[in-house]
Amino acid sequence: MIAEAIRRGALADYAERFTTLYETAGSSVSIRELPFLAQLNLRVDAGDTAVMGQVTDYLGFSLPLTPNTASQAGDRRALWLGPDEWLIVGPDDQATSLEQALRGGLGGAVGSVVDVSANRTVLEIRGSKGHDLLAHGVPIDLDPGAFGPGCCAQTLLAKAQVIIERRDEAPAFQLYIRSSFASYVADWLLDAARAL
Amino acid sequence: MSRLPEGGRIDRSRPIRFTFNGHTYQGCAGDTLASALLANDVRIVARSVTYGRPRGVFSAGSEEPNALVQVGSETMLRATQVELDDGLEAASLNGKGRLTSEPETARFDKIYAHCEVLVVGGGPAGRSAAQSAAQTGDRVILMDEQPLLNSDSDGLPSNVRVLLRTTAFGLYDQNLVLAAERRADGGRLWQIRARQVVLATGAHERPLVFANNDRPGILLAGAVRTYLNRYGVAPGTRGVVFTNNDTTAPLASDLRSAGIAVAAIIDIRREQAIVDTDGDDDGLRAVTLAGGDRIECDLLCVSGGFNPTDHLYSQAQGKLRYDERFACFRPDGKLPNVTVLGAANGEFDFAIQPCWLVPGTNGDWSAHFVDLERDVTVADMQRAVNAGMRSIEHVKRFTTIGTGSDQGKTSGINEVGLVGALTGQPIGGVGTTTYRPPYVPVSFALMAGRNRGDLFDPIRLTSIQPWHVAHGAVFENVGQWKRPWYFPRHDEDMEGAVQRECRAARENVAIMDVSTLGKIDIQGPDAVEFLNRIYTNAFDTLKVGFGRYGLMCKADGMVFDDGVVMHLGPDHWLATTTTGGAAAVLDWMEEWLQTEWPELTVRLTSVTDHWSAVAVVGPQSRDVVHTLFPAIAVDTQSFPFMAIREGETGGIPVRLHRITFSGELAYELWTPSWYGLALWEAVMAAGQPLGITPYGTEAMHVLRAEKGYIICGQETDGTVTPQDLGMGWIVSKKKPFIGQRSHRRGDTRRADRKHLVGLLPVDGEQLLPEGAQLVLDENTSAAVTMIGHVTSSYRSATLGRTFALGMLQRGRERFGTTVYVPLNGHVVAATVTEPIFYDRENVRRDS
Repeated sequence: MIAEAIRRGALADYAERFTTLYETAGSSVSIRELPFLAQLNLRVDAGDTAVMGQVTDYLGFSLPLTPNTASQAGDRRALWLGPDEWLIVGPDDQATSLEQALRGGLGGAVGSVVDVSANRTVLEIRGSKGHDLLAHGVPIDLDPGAFGPGCCAQTLLAKAQVIIERRDEAPAFQLYIRSSFASYVADWLLDAARAL
Repeated sequence: MSRLPEGGRIDRSRPIRFTFNGHTYQGCAGDTLASALLANDVRIVARSVTYGRPRGVFSAGSEEPNALVQVGSETMLRATQVELDDGLEAASLNGKGRLTSEPETARFDKIYAHCEVLVVGGGPAGRSAAQSAAQTGDRVILMDEQPLLNSDSDGLPSNVRVLLRTTAFGLYDQNLVLAAERRADGGRLWQIRARQVVLATGAHERPLVFANNDRPGILLAGAVRTYLNRYGVAPGTRGVVFTNNDTTAPLASDLRSAGIAVAAIIDIRREQAIVDTDGDDDGLRAVTLAGGDRIECDLLCVSGGFNPTDHLYSQAQGKLRYDERFACFRPDGKLPNVTVLGAANGEFDFAIQPCWLVPGTNGDWSAHFVDLERDVTVADMQRAVNAGMRSIEHVKRFTTIGTGSDQGKTSGINEVGLVGALTGQPIGGVGTTTYRPPYVPVSFALMAGRNRGDLFDPIRLTSIQPWHVAHGAVFENVGQWKRPWYFPRHDEDMEGAVQRECRAARENVAIMDVSTLGKIDIQGPDAVEFLNRIYTNAFDTLKVGFGRYGLMCKADGMVFDDGVVMHLGPDHWLATTTTGGAAAVLDWMEEWLQTEWPELTVRLTSVTDHWSAVAVVGPQSRDVVHTLFPAIAVDTQSFPFMAIREGETGGIPVRLHRITFSGELAYELWTPSWYGLALWEAVMAAGQPLGITPYGTEAMHVLRAEKGYIICGQETDGTVTPQDLGMGWIVSKKKPFIGQRSHRRGDTRRADRKHLVGLLPVDGEQLLPEGAQLVLDENTSAAVTMIGHVTSSYRSATLGRTFALGMLQRGRERFGTTVYVPLNGHVVAATVTEPIFYDRENVRRDS
């Protein structure tokens, strides 16, 4: 509880502006920060079936091997970032247990596990115009036919690196944004929303 | 008024007031500025760029070479494409646009779109292509530069997205199409990636080239029909048609229906010609025929044939060939995933007798205009050919023909025909000039989109930024970061603030936000070997729980970046980089790992944004740290220099490092960024009884310079070796590293290289400008040899005087000597010293 009082999401100051946007956009688009998610960067050789098996056991699901897809079980997800790189995402306060589990999963094999929970904050963009809003700054095709549930991608939003994920059928995108870029991205989205 | 009583696709019930060159006029909804000006009998829209000749509306589309106007801050607009809007204020553009110094108030937007089929051009061919492409359910975009389609778009299926007022101006690799949309409040730049591009862009009519063919009242024949039938405007009262083809056949009846007398139809195919025109300040008054007959008229409709609009196809490297039958260039062969349809593909049905030139009556060619926008005449082209130009590209550059904002849409093919005629080459052999994007002028504001003001480039902020703002920090840009530069109190100036901040760090305790340092997590069994190769110094002796300063060079042996490398655990390290160098260092490391050293098993992860970092600096910093972390023994033996500890204060997890960049006893406290502000506030609270002072980058620079610590990029510029800096101590002789071999080159071992030195101006009040040159001779009235330069220069509260660092030839041999610094109008003397001014014994860091 102490932690709640002293931790601060990178976009804590934007909550009111996001609410205003939701009201002016006729609820067709909403933006909110999902701070404090546990995020672990995992690097491991995907060809090492023994290690991959152990990581699967520890996580409870297999790491996605198809580029730009995510897999999940329960409240944990894994986003494919590269042939030997994944972002493991879980709820708040699971960073330490996930880090230990993943290290255990490596079983001393070669790889790396890095707690990057505070490296990026997560913005959720939801609503019928969410796709339109992102189209102003994201060069990749986010149409459901090209970027459906379970898809993720590392790309740019305007001039900021982002990871974009679509979790399910709902019209919603999760954007993972480096903390120092978060206010730039938020300002940019609020400005672009005026063109909707 | 020349508005017809009925007809056209305008709304007479919605009058629109506008001004042109300060005069107020009235048009209708659906008008363009051009049609409204014609409806108000405004014949002269602009004056030509070179000769100042009066010019009027010439076309009805984006090919317009004459009627260029300025509307607000937007310049080089074609009146034929400016939709009439209430309150529109337009002005003539006489040749060149005027950039406004007023802030831009229009809104410019960018958007990406993706589709299976993009159809450019909403005429019959484009519309039918869109319709059939949509049947598969694919995403189809149909784009047209007009505000409405010829036929209603209602009948199109829902998977066809129709973009009106949108001009595709560039077709790039892999079918990236850029298009400019005109919007009431500004514009929007479309970046469309299409699997298939269908070009149904139609054709441009071209004029005939005869003497005085540029007068207001002379219009392209097709444009006249557009003004009559679409806008309900009569562009004249008594018309003559001058043609070489039968597309003009319906024109006479259109003119008569509008009440315009048809005075003559002059057809080159019947061996008739107009050889000159007469006019006054208001434009055309009469034409003179071959044979001498003079016909009074105020409207001349000309047609010299049609050119398929193949600019986009040609931009994408599509080849064109000359078609003898229709006297035009048309697509030859195919481009992958690009289809050209209809008139754009040369699919015509008319008869034509090509005519590139109609001689005048007196052998003078200086009023035979080929390019109206650039004011290029047949005489200019003759000069080019007489000067030896044969290639169409050379003639273009010699005459500037086709280089106007209209890109020669109405002049280009006449130019080709004329070069053929003047040089005796077949037209197909002359070929066309290269079509380049943009097809229409595109404003810088549109290209910038919302990348302006605060959104021009990302502004990176640390988690502690709200505190800095609330406490009046003045910021400086460091790369994309905003960093506090200094924290002025009340009406303190910068110098006062920096001196106070420095004194606090030297005498008391001070605090700085150092979150912007680059941070790279390094894991793997070969991490030590990797670090040994990257850095000039060795890391294999560094124990877990300690950090070490490291320096890295590029392969040329020149200093690249520096930072502290922490040994966090077995096979686990963390390297810090300079704030500005973070991304370049990570790229550099990855490049070596991936391309040169695949045998090393090492993984790199950027954690720059994960950590917020607070430097607590000064002789009393230990007290502050002790207050915050009572469980951690902070005496020098228990927590030695460069050691790392883990702690927690008030629920904030913190990693503590004994690191100094000031020479003072100092700690860096790291915490995950969402705790950053809380940690800063906790340190401020703990330090308050001691008068803890926040400081910015300027004081940090002064403090490090007093100790002679370099800043990569300030003392170094890519031409400086560690040895030049007097840092040979950090260059290992026992192990290989990047740049080592270059340190054995003759050039890097030269005795007369520049060395890092200290500089004390003889007048301790004199602040040397950074970048100032160093010379040996006090007399600089004659040329003197520059032997060095000032890299850093400050006023020091601690030293009670100014001081500087510099790079000086044979600098280490010159300690104690005097060099001179030529400034504006006078010369300043400075004593060369060792590059360290304070605490030479390094005792303060452990004090």
